[in-house]
Amino acid sequence: MLTLQFVPYTEIRDMSSLGRIRKLLNMAKENKIVLLEGRLNKEEEAELIKTTMEEINASFRGIELAVVNPNESDDDVFSKLKSTLATTLLGNRQGFTIIGPATVIKNIKRDPNKLQLMMKDATSKSSRSSKKHRRR
Amino acid sequence: MKLKFIDYINNIFRMIFRGKKLVKLGIYGPINVGKTTLANRICKDWIGEELGTVSKIPHETREIQVKEKVKIRSNSKELDFNIIDTPGIATKIDYEDFMKFKLSEKESKARAKEATKGVIEAIKWLENVDAVLVVLDATENPYNQVNITIIGNLAARNIPVLIVANKIDLKKAKLKRVQNAFPQYRAIGISAEKGKNMEDFYDALFELIK
Repeated sequence: MLTLQFVPYTEIRDMSSLGRIRKLLNMAKENKIVLLEGRLNKEEEAELIKTTMEEINASFRGIELAVVNPNESDDDVFSKLKSTLATTLLGNRQGFTIIGPATVIKNIKRDPNKLQLMMKDATSKSSRSSKKHRRR
Repeated sequence: MKLKFIDYINNIFRMIFRGKKLVKLGIYGPINVGKTTLANRICKDWIGEELGTVSKIPHETREIQVKEKVKIRSNSKELDFNIIDTPGIATKIDYEDFMKFKLSEKESKARAKEATKGVIEAIKWLENVDAVLVVLDATENPYNQVNITIIGNLAARNIPVLIVANKIDLKKAKLKRVQNAFPQYRAIGISAEKGKNMEDFYDALFELIK
């Protein structure tokens, strides 16, 4: 069974960067796909990748991550100013972030207009583990 | 006479500037996009030797590799660079992927462990660079979160960025797609392996540093 967990921005708003990263990574490690309202800042994104790397082992192979920010492509100065002001006052709650374990999500394909989650074939994993089982 | 005197003063200033200016140039990007191939091309072009080994197996570069004081010339300008080749940045590393390249399980697990450390080092080194070449594979979709995260972090640190769309010699390469994905940056198409468009690349590099 696949769990998609929604995390409203209010749940991480008052957390430290470390706390946010820990919360999101723990959920991914529980095999959940996390849909976060808003986004981490750029430094937190890099820190999330670093922390993920530190925790990779035989069972946890890392994450797939996609941050979608519809206002990023706004070219006009007024829109950018409005967006900066909103971020200062309300935090990075525009857009959304998807994080999932690499053992569940094979790939996230994105372009400016769509996001596609390519899931891992569950049968290939079970056949791999059954092969191992037989070898023992 | 007056002109000669001004030239003389200019030359002194240029020599002082030249003596001091050393640009720490980071080469960043996702895995298997040709970062080391580009580092090798630059080093081969200017000092006649290569920097690192390249391979089709992902995460071949697992440690930061630096070639110091590489003197590069473009038009009439000349600068010294420390070329910093970094391991490819990834959000996942699966040792079983290496086994597809006929590595043993033990070798694959060791490679995965080294690769995770390499990614951490590469991110830490963002603090130590003056300018960055973000290398992308021009045949792949540029809207990849690793690209966006790297470029976003460099922007947050005010580090100048030149996007290098590599592998433009391949049929599937789409330079325009890379340029459209990051319109606020200059993106230059090259083939590091074939040495295609390197003159323009060096011009763009000097434009970035000025």
